[in-house]
Amino acid sequence: MTTVTDQIREVIREGGALPVDIATLDDSDDLYAAGLTSHATVNLMLGLEEKFDIEFPDRLLRRRTFESVAAIGAAITELLDEKVAA
Amino acid sequence: MSDLLQRARRVGAEVAARHAGAVDAEARFPHEAFAALKAEKLLGVMVPAEFGGDGASISEVISLCHALGQSCASTAMIYAMHQIQVACIVRHGPQSAWHRTLLHRLAGEQLLLASATSEAGVGGDVRSSVCAVEVDGTRLKLSKNATVISYGADADGILVTARRTPDSPASDQVIVAVLKDDYRLEQTSTWDTLGMRGTCSNGYWLHATGDVAQILPLPYADISAQTMLPTSHLTWSSLWLGIATDAVARARTFVRAEARKKAGSTPPGALRLAEAVNLLQLMKSNVVAAAKLYEQALGSAERLTALSFAVAMNNLKTGTSQMAVQVVNHALLICGISGYRNDSDFSVGRHLRDAHSAALMVSNDRILANTANLLLVLKDDPGLFS
Repeated sequence: MTTVTDQIREVIREGGALPVDIATLDDSDDLYAAGLTSHATVNLMLGLEEKFDIEFPDRLLRRRTFESVAAIGAAITELLDEKVAA
Repeated sequence: MSDLLQRARRVGAEVAARHAGAVDAEARFPHEAFAALKAEKLLGVMVPAEFGGDGASISEVISLCHALGQSCASTAMIYAMHQIQVACIVRHGPQSAWHRTLLHRLAGEQLLLASATSEAGVGGDVRSSVCAVEVDGTRLKLSKNATVISYGADADGILVTARRTPDSPASDQVIVAVLKDDYRLEQTSTWDTLGMRGTCSNGYWLHATGDVAQILPLPYADISAQTMLPTSHLTWSSLWLGIATDAVARARTFVRAEARKKAGSTPPGALRLAEAVNLLQLMKSNVVAAAKLYEQALGSAERLTALSFAVAMNNLKTGTSQMAVQVVNHALLICGISGYRNDSDFSVGRHLRDAHSAALMVSNDRILANTANLLLVLKDDPGLFS
């Protein structure tokens, strides 16, 4: 079964969000230091919303939410849990 | 009125306004105004009291920009650009010993700071750098082909953006603060423009060396979102409001003079003046609301880096920059040929030329494109006061 982390990595790879291969980065590595631009961040958000069928609320629409695969994973897990609870 | 504002108004009325015509005609640095601003200790006002400054708030600083904008737009723009750099050191420097010393010097010696963000080869995108910081032990080296360093020749220091290391991607940037003894400038272009002629925004090759401690600790992306962007748009908008305010003041005087000549009848320009005052109020409300929003968000990195905050600041810039031209144009229509002349008390030609820079310095199209991108994910905000 593909994990949330695998799916996030897939969205990053397919969307071409980074100038480097995401496979070379750890979950905790800084994506901005790896070349993630603010423009690409928005496309990444859209890709993640589509992939997980979620909507990032405004409180999560900030730079730090998307700074690493692990940080994105935490936000998405939170949103998926909320969805199950609802 | 605060003491700082009184001092700024005095510099504006007694010095900057008097030399504004010459600064514009000769496209030269407003030396007289800056000597006066230094003498009045107005350059280091934002530096916290513990470092010898006045700890002025952003509202106070933008009211000074607004005051200067009514006298000489070039002086006000240089003052604004300097304060943007100071704000970056004030907000993001105190954790570093080197920058604490700089804060003391900014207040004590009234140093003037410029900025080198634009660079050849990045297509106008200041969030990308070609140049990189090269570190050797505790020393750093940096060369930048800066397409613009406003008042570079007259500054005491420059904040330079560059890639963190020669291996870093274009968007992974830092800010390095370099002082006059650290760098050499080779001029590559001149500044002969329609307006804002006194900012002397020439291009330069900047070659700097320094200590690694001169690099601001936080990444440029965060400094830009939290401080540089909001303070830029707030200080600029305030001085554009200042330009518009002075143009309307001239139109008001013109209409009053007409009214006195023919007591009992309303002069033809009065209606348009009412429109201009209406627009001016909208512009002012925009600036004041954005300043409040920024002051409420201050201290919270979360709120300052929220996309909704970036959109609000973008809107401030694109909105006020367009309105400045609109308001000045109204003033021109009201004053007629007297406003069109360069040798009349009602002349608004310089105002109009200066105001036209607003939509171009950081192109509104670029900012709108950025807002458009953010709006793809940002949700609606249904609240009135939220």
